[in-house]
Amino acid sequence: MQPLVRTVGISKSYPSGGTIVRAVSNVSLAIEHGEFVAIRGRSGSGKSTLMNLLGLLDRPDSGTYTFNGQEVAMLSEDGRATVRSHDIGFIFQQPALLPRATALENVELPLIYAGISPSRRRRTARDALDRVGLGDRGHHWPNQLSGGEQQRVVIARATVNDPALILADEPTGSLDSATGNEILSLFEALHHDGRTIIVVTHATEVANRARRLITLHDGQIVEDSSASSDNLRPAALAMDSLP
Amino acid sequence: MSPLESLRIAARALRVNKLRSALTVLGIVVGVGAVVCMVSVGAGAQAEVSEKIRTLGANLLLVMPGARNSGGARLESGTQPTLTIEDAASIRRELADVQVAAPLLSRSLPLVAANRNWVTVVAGINPDYLVAREWQVAGGRLFTSDEIASGAKVAIVGAVIVEELFNGGSGIGETLRIGNVPFTVIGVLDKKGLGAAGRSQDDVVFIPLSAAKSRVLGAVRGTTREALDFISIKVSDTTAMSEIQRDVEALLRQRHRIRGDAPSDFRIENPADVLFARGAAMRLLASLLIAVAAVSLVVGGISIMNIMLVSVTERTREIGLRIAVGARRREIRWQFLIEAAILALVGGLVGAFLGAAAAVAIAWKAGWPVLISPWAIVLACGFAGFIGISFGLYPAHRAARLDPIVALRFE
Repeated sequence: MQPLVRTVGISKSYPSGGTIVRAVSNVSLAIEHGEFVAIRGRSGSGKSTLMNLLGLLDRPDSGTYTFNGQEVAMLSEDGRATVRSHDIGFIFQQPALLPRATALENVELPLIYAGISPSRRRRTARDALDRVGLGDRGHHWPNQLSGGEQQRVVIARATVNDPALILADEPTGSLDSATGNEILSLFEALHHDGRTIIVVTHATEVANRARRLITLHDGQIVEDSSASSDNLRPAALAMDSLP
Repeated sequence: MSPLESLRIAARALRVNKLRSALTVLGIVVGVGAVVCMVSVGAGAQAEVSEKIRTLGANLLLVMPGARNSGGARLESGTQPTLTIEDAASIRRELADVQVAAPLLSRSLPLVAANRNWVTVVAGINPDYLVAREWQVAGGRLFTSDEIASGAKVAIVGAVIVEELFNGGSGIGETLRIGNVPFTVIGVLDKKGLGAAGRSQDDVVFIPLSAAKSRVLGAVRGTTREALDFISIKVSDTTAMSEIQRDVEALLRQRHRIRGDAPSDFRIENPADVLFARGAAMRLLASLLIAVAAVSLVVGGISIMNIMLVSVTERTREIGLRIAVGARRREIRWQFLIEAAILALVGGLVGAFLGAAAAVAIAWKAGWPVLISPWAIVLACGFAGFIGISFGLYPAHRAARLDPIVALRFE
């Protein structure tokens, strides 16, 4: 089986204050189905740009990107939108909820653009909320929810369309450590369900939860623990499934 | 995403800012309201003019005595009593297209019937006058030729007189004292309603011209027994109105022995012209107001554009989020376009309703028929929608062009 994510030599630069910053430089990367990967680096290391590229929010200047068996680097904007709505779930740093929509409606959002019928949408969204433990809060407005609850709603939204890849950018950045830990436990649960998760972070406690750690510096991968974790992962999964 | 879905999202976004949405559409409301109101008022006024022309009697020319010069100052019309019954007779006799030339002599006089009294216009006529005015009796009969010839003391009265003096009775056969002279009421006229000057045309008493001259009015005027207040001419060929007007003028100048370019001692008027002129003035006013309304619609469009731009900026994060979770550019564009169109259309509908209400109020106040023009409503609302969409294009384009990465980071 092909890896879910495979980039070969992707680069992205953008102008900043008169000079051109090479945010991601010649990154080649493969991420298998079911992996839980943390991309770590200091601010300015290019990790957010890499996430935008992997999440098809942005297009690389050069290199190839194969996502889920499809060549996506040169895909049109509408084509990328379709991939995002069906196969990618985003979790942003600040709980990014529509303030004038209820929790349930926020979870429904990706399904609207994926063209799912309203009744099926509602059902699917309710199930997703149930999975993050907020089944009874669907009719609440975002400002009636705590920061942790809001982030759970975002996670429900990111998983509602059953995406192949979940991308999280500093998912605990705006939370206290206890709430952050709850959120990270949710990530682990998602990982146990076999979902592929990429977390971009500079926080060690987040990175420690991941099974594979990629460190970026000046837009380049300087460390990738994939070799060891790839060997350990099937064993870990097997252990987890033991009674 | 289905169009219905876009509509729902747009309606929801507008409901969130109710006051702002309401203020935004004010320009459109005023514009559409003014168009609908003015077109309706214009149509009502036009119908009113046509109705007045109809009640006046179609194809009518009026000949009135001229004003006397008194030391250079021209006195009021009729101060030079120059028109005679013979003038009327010769107009009828000598001009082919003249169907009727009816002389009339009138004066405001006190009336008494039993214990009630009233002051009104008493006019001496012959039956030709009622032909010229296309006026029938609703009850009783017209003057006979014997009564005309002998100056009998008989009267035909308008509906207002019956109401004021005969207390609900028909009035026919009753005695009516005009000045001090007793007359017998023999007929009641059809209702005509308000005249061109705004006075009720039904507030009138007609008596035979001969009786008026010899028994009532002539006595008051004394010296000028032959003089008339005016001659009503009914023309058989409407297309020849101005020609006949010229012929009548030539004939009367000849009869009155006025030479060369000396001014006439009479005037000829076409009352329909006056009404048409009034109608035209009304239409001009209405079209000016419609021009103002068009400006208001454009201003309304600009205010929609302004608010939509504000809204796009305010909702930058929302747009970024929608794009991130899979919204296509055209779905974002549609969402904002539909919002602008809904704003304009709702404004248009509210404006049409208010405009129609204003038109009804004006028509009711002025006593005009109410004519709400459906095509004006459709056109005005359509134009409002067009304005909403065209002024919404740029903000929608701005929203659709947003870079999701930048938009998501936007504070």
